[in-house]
Amino acid sequence: MLNKKHLVLLASAGAITIAGVATAQASTLSDTLSRGAVQCGVSDGLPGFSAPDDDGNWQGLDVDVCRAVAAAVLGDADAVNYISLNAVERFTALQSGEVDVLSRNTTWTTTRDTTLGLNFTGVNFYDGQGFMVSTDLGISSASELDGAAICIQSGTTTELNLADYFRANGMEFDPIVFDTSEQTVGGFQAGRCDVLTSDTSQLAALRIQLDDPSGAMILPDVISKEPLGPVVRQGDDQWFNIVKWSLFAMLNGEEYGVTSENAEEMLESENPDIARLLGQDGNYGEGMGLEADWAYNILSQVGNYGESFERNVGMDSPLEIERGVNALWNQGGFQYAPPIR
Amino acid sequence: MSVRPNTRPAGHKPPFWRDRAKRALIFQLLLVAAVAAFLLYIVGNVQDNLSARGITTGFGFLSNTAGFGIVQSLIDYSSQSTYGRTFLVGLLNTLLVGGLGVLAATIIGFIVGIARLSPNWLLARLANAYIETFRNIPLLLQIFFWYYAVLRTLPSARDSLAFGEVIFLNVRGLYLPEPLFESGFGLIPATFILAIIASIALVIWNKRRHEATGKRLPAYWISFALIFGLPLLVLVATGVPITWDIPELRGFNFRGGITIIPEFLALWLALSIYTASFIAEIVRSGIQAISHGQTEAAQALSLPRNLVLRLVVIPQALRVIIPPLTSQYLNLIKNSSLATAIGYPDLVSVFAGTTLNQTGQAIEVIAMTMAVYLTISLLVSMFMNWFNARVALVER
Repeated sequence: MLNKKHLVLLASAGAITIAGVATAQASTLSDTLSRGAVQCGVSDGLPGFSAPDDDGNWQGLDVDVCRAVAAAVLGDADAVNYISLNAVERFTALQSGEVDVLSRNTTWTTTRDTTLGLNFTGVNFYDGQGFMVSTDLGISSASELDGAAICIQSGTTTELNLADYFRANGMEFDPIVFDTSEQTVGGFQAGRCDVLTSDTSQLAALRIQLDDPSGAMILPDVISKEPLGPVVRQGDDQWFNIVKWSLFAMLNGEEYGVTSENAEEMLESENPDIARLLGQDGNYGEGMGLEADWAYNILSQVGNYGESFERNVGMDSPLEIERGVNALWNQGGFQYAPPIR
Repeated sequence: MSVRPNTRPAGHKPPFWRDRAKRALIFQLLLVAAVAAFLLYIVGNVQDNLSARGITTGFGFLSNTAGFGIVQSLIDYSSQSTYGRTFLVGLLNTLLVGGLGVLAATIIGFIVGIARLSPNWLLARLANAYIETFRNIPLLLQIFFWYYAVLRTLPSARDSLAFGEVIFLNVRGLYLPEPLFESGFGLIPATFILAIIASIALVIWNKRRHEATGKRLPAYWISFALIFGLPLLVLVATGVPITWDIPELRGFNFRGGITIIPEFLALWLALSIYTASFIAEIVRSGIQAISHGQTEAAQALSLPRNLVLRLVVIPQALRVIIPPLTSQYLNLIKNSSLATAIGYPDLVSVFAGTTLNQTGQAIEVIAMTMAVYLTISLLVSMFMNWFNARVALVER
């Protein structure tokens, strides 16, 4: 309606005709296929989740989501263009189409899911906000933090949880807000703030970056729910399904014991769940516009969720985060994927 | 542009497209219409695309609860305040650092600019070194220098540097005692304002008397004594109705008093010192633009040296100085948006940073932020143009 009026105006002015700017986007899947790579938004360097290794290859739990999508869509887990985004840039980059998947330790909240034109496809890490303090302070609980100066990253849910927590407990604090997590660590190390707050998984990653990791400790208190997951644009349900089921395939792979090492042998498996997952029985990729071996590609090239977890953030990694609530549903955790059938 | 005189006989009018004036008017109208249509189209296109993608638009978010804390606020602010309030807090913080920066840069710039012309060799070289150093290093690096290299090396809160046990300096900032005014203090600002009015009257009277009789009083010194001495006298007479809230170490930090955060100090220092180096050069060029003959002529009239400066050199130099000075002021205010790099809660950090991200309404937030900087810059330009017109040479 608005558009028509403008077109009339334009015609009467007889000046400019700009066509096609407002037309809807073509499907993300076909764009990705013709580009030959998945545009994936990742963090600006958070060990364990998304950070480049010594050779410049991106590694991490969030990076594995990008790789899984690339394996499912293109059959090649390495066909990913990584775009490093800070907390403030991330949603705009996704909305504007600069990236097609945002896999950047992003908390799923109502506002983000409903007002930004975005959809969260699931949860690849259940997290909660915690506090890191210097061991010199002799503090053992977050309730002793009244009056503390707290370093925090701009544009995160952490900023809101922190204010809520201190208000609810009748305590005061000075927020020292930085742009990147690197700067918050710098502020914490220089003593500009007493406390560094973030999701506990991030704190573990940031702690190992300190000059003296043993001089800092993470308090046991967890003050919020932070379900972190991949995000896509609203309005392209096919792409939404692809990203959603890429993660589910990794979870189902772990549940059925399919790993990157045994995936090939598992093709012969008699187990009907595994046969469906690996595309030996029926084509479950068809509905998403993918090949039948979409999940096989994910599991053979990226591995299942458990492998990814242990490799990037678990006990095999410097972060040493326990599976805890991120264990599968049948092992006492929350991770649960719908069945493939 | 001049319009050709119409030489055609009356009664035989040319068609309108042959009439130059009418044609110009039509083209201008067409251009305005095209620009307006283009803008409308852009706005409409944005709105259509945003609604097609399910992104919330509008300025309703300004009345929603912000829910985050801000470390420095000149007005009452808590995490329960609205996003509209965060806008105000950020704006005031920007104005604070911009205003104090302009003030400090002007003072330092004038001193260094004059020192650069000093006959004292050492002073002139020092001023020169200052200008060449600070003018040639990028501002962002200077901000980082002050923040990371200077202020970060200060001791922690528990081993603060103490000045007379009332002022404390540590890595968390500068802690000053805060004056708390008791009843009866109102008299002091009142006498202060009275003294200013009296001083203005005195200066005007002195000027008229000087023009009429040639006699003059040292009016500026008298005004100075009035403005500062009188309130001081009243202060002592009323028994000093001020108590000081002295900061003291409680828990993690100093509480009480006034806190000046290091982010502010770093930004303010960097902006002032950087801009001052440009202002110093502007001041020097302004003074050198006045031919030496003017000074000699004034001296020949046996004017004392300070009057030569005040009545002859400075009024003429200001005409050269003010237009480029305006640009420096505008630069300083716009450069204050680098605050976000060190976490000073200015408009860009608080509003275009945190608020943008919490609400996701990038277009509205950025448009408001841009409008603010544009408004501030236009107001500063307007004021400086007015001031320039006042000191400009009056041609008769």
